[in-house]
Amino acid sequence: MSRAEEEHAIVQRKSLGFWIYLMTDCLLFASLFATFAALRNNTFGGPSGADLFDMQFVLIETMVLLTSSFTIGMAVLGASRGYKKQALIWLIATFVLGAIFLAMELFEFHALVEEGNGWQRSAFLSSYFTLVATHGLHIAVGLLWIIVVTIRLWRFKFKHTDLHRLSLLGLFWHFLDIIWIFIFSFVYLIGGMS
Amino acid sequence: MTSDLQSFLFGRLTWADFVHDPVMAASGGIMVVGLLGIIIGLTYFKKWKWLWKNWLTALDPKKIGIMYLIVSGIMLLRGFMDAVMVRFQQATNDSLGVLSSDHFQQIFSAHGSIMIFFVAMGVIAGLFNLIVPQQIGSRDVAFPFLNSVSFWLFVAGMIIINAPLVVGEFSNAGWLAYPPLSGLEYNPGTGVDYWIWSLQVAGIGSLLTGINFFVTILTMRAPGMNMMKMPIFVWSVLGSTALIMVVFPILTATLAMLSLDRLIDTNFFTTGGGGNPMLYINLIWAWGHPEVYILVLPAFGVFSEVVATFSKKRLFGYASMVWALMAITVLSFTVWLHHFFTMGAGADVNTFFGIMTMIIAIPTGVKVFNWIFTMYKGRVTFATPMLWFMGFVVTFTIGGLTGVMMSVPAADFQFHNSLFLVAHFHNMIIGGVLFGVFSAFSYWFPKFTGFRLNERLGRYAFWCWLIGFIVAFVPLYILGFMGAVRRLDHYDPSMGWQGLFIVAGIGVMLIGVGVVFQIVQVIVSIKQRHQNRVGNDPWDGRTLEWLTASPPAEYNFATIPTVSTRDAFWEMKKTHTLPKDTDVEAIWLPKNSANGVVIGIASLAFGLGVVWHIWWVVVISLIIAIIAIIVKLTDDHPDRQLSAKTVARMAHEYTLKENHG
Repeated sequence: MSRAEEEHAIVQRKSLGFWIYLMTDCLLFASLFATFAALRNNTFGGPSGADLFDMQFVLIETMVLLTSSFTIGMAVLGASRGYKKQALIWLIATFVLGAIFLAMELFEFHALVEEGNGWQRSAFLSSYFTLVATHGLHIAVGLLWIIVVTIRLWRFKFKHTDLHRLSLLGLFWHFLDIIWIFIFSFVYLIGGMS
Repeated sequence: MTSDLQSFLFGRLTWADFVHDPVMAASGGIMVVGLLGIIIGLTYFKKWKWLWKNWLTALDPKKIGIMYLIVSGIMLLRGFMDAVMVRFQQATNDSLGVLSSDHFQQIFSAHGSIMIFFVAMGVIAGLFNLIVPQQIGSRDVAFPFLNSVSFWLFVAGMIIINAPLVVGEFSNAGWLAYPPLSGLEYNPGTGVDYWIWSLQVAGIGSLLTGINFFVTILTMRAPGMNMMKMPIFVWSVLGSTALIMVVFPILTATLAMLSLDRLIDTNFFTTGGGGNPMLYINLIWAWGHPEVYILVLPAFGVFSEVVATFSKKRLFGYASMVWALMAITVLSFTVWLHHFFTMGAGADVNTFFGIMTMIIAIPTGVKVFNWIFTMYKGRVTFATPMLWFMGFVVTFTIGGLTGVMMSVPAADFQFHNSLFLVAHFHNMIIGGVLFGVFSAFSYWFPKFTGFRLNERLGRYAFWCWLIGFIVAFVPLYILGFMGAVRRLDHYDPSMGWQGLFIVAGIGVMLIGVGVVFQIVQVIVSIKQRHQNRVGNDPWDGRTLEWLTASPPAEYNFATIPTVSTRDAFWEMKKTHTLPKDTDVEAIWLPKNSANGVVIGIASLAFGLGVVWHIWWVVVISLIIAIIAIIVKLTDDHPDRQLSAKTVARMAHEYTLKENHG
């Protein structure tokens, strides 16, 4: 096998490995979803989801994150065609949207804690905070990753390894989007009804 | 110093935490002296640089595998000493008053946790590293750096679990730390936190190992080796790594939630606040039951290789073996509730899990028959690896039968929490996993050292282990029937149990003699290495690992072999088509990397910081770990080249060595 073929094989291996990592992460979330499902009615005399969630706020949050999935898709497309400036702009846009999302989430958490409905209040709130904050933590890691990729694209020439990393970042970001859609449906929509 | 500053700098750590009762102080002292001895020795012989360059920063899976085995071996001694103390306490029934109840509880908790996470998981990770690349005809694993990170996370977890010998206390909540006992309310000290963070750090390492070897097996096999031509050991690793990938995330989430309950007063598993301790028990066994199969599947793989080699026959029923392995892999997700039939899930649920537990015994039985049929009409040689197999078949089958007894929910209400259960799972873990590992050790030892282990001492060790094992655990079955529950630090003499506990104690001493023989065996074999030198293929092997040099070159294969059948090496020998290293190409191998070590140290500091609530350490170590990861991942030149000329020269030297001994 020539070195070029070998490098190609390494890139493919990394893609497979990253997909598998995402699936294991999915199972981590699955455990937290299961916990939420088991504990969501254990409000211990405290407020339930219906009392707490501001659906309009969450809808805006969701739209911000969904838009960021679109912008990172544009960044990956732009980079793969060699449009450096386009890729950078879309990456920065993604970063801004991700940061807004994270800020909104923290704002929501802050408001809940201020009202005395923190994670200590009941098992329902413990599982709610943990599930949503784990997603938020992943978003924070994603933001850090965007910074690293952006600096590399800005400072260096496009390398195929960088393009590959960018495509993995895209995958990661879309994955977080899908997880958020589940959080939105199960935690906020269904949890907000009862 | 003001108390504010002190609690900022040292969290809840005080001088009093370094003070221990005499027994613990002695074991902690031995550990510290041992470490100091190693450090002084390395400095005196000026070996630090050698250690750093050749071992600690190495990304070669063969070296990482050997380091795994060394660490696990030391942990086996630690876990064994815990077992000796448990046996001693119960045999003397506390008449000497050596161990306090609390210390006794810490000892059996440490014994279980260490034996599973830092002995069993360590040795199978070591075997993955050593054997899988060789058997699939590969030069490396899919992600060499990730492999190093896994190993150093394992080491960090190992240090965290041993730290209580010196500072603080260990968990007294058993090896799975059921809440509410492990909750803040009943266990406010550092013990459970040590347990959580040791497992959390090592568990993430295991998860990365799982991903790494799964991808390695799927993408890096030699040309021609399709899935149904893989050696059975590789199949067993595929099953084991698949299980790791599915269940270790559950462990990570569960431990994180227990930790949150203890750190920031969440109410997942508390008894107040709407928490549900049963949820923890479900989650931990959803990980814990597959974990048993994670450990035992590779042992099945080892025995499949050993039996075929030493019977000089192709393995009986290869396809059924593969199907049995895969069936066990899937079914192992459907039995976890049998660990708590008594918890009141209801008759229907209990029945389902009882029946699934009986069903999973079937593929396991298929494998036992396959191994026995492989021996049938074979030319069997009883070298040490084969002896371990014979011991395994007997003990593992007994353990399997007692397991089926417990799978009947109604009967389990009697067996539950008794010493019968303890005897059962030791039958599976010692008779299954450990014997498998010992078999693997004596079987593959010559491959990685170039010389054989002393057979006579190996045989002595085997018989001590086998007889010691039976003497140690048959009394526990009987005691279980007599009503003795597990984890007793004291019992009423009128129960009439002491005689059997003394017999069990004698059994453990016999095992101890076996352990001594094993240590002597390794030392003697190293001393006599010149007499015991062997070539590439000391056992007349069947699979590709016997094609490489002993010990293998860092690139394993100068020319990647092409495979056309199962038992590829056997076929090549018979048809005289062994690959010749005449037309070699340049080989790329990963450069050494210190980042794995740095990430390990940072994780260690992170874990200890959380345990002792020293938050500045937590923040700094997290930042260091993130920087180490970014630096490594943005390295544009992670590989180095061995030129075609170098490879040709090295291959030539290896061929000369093989032909002229």
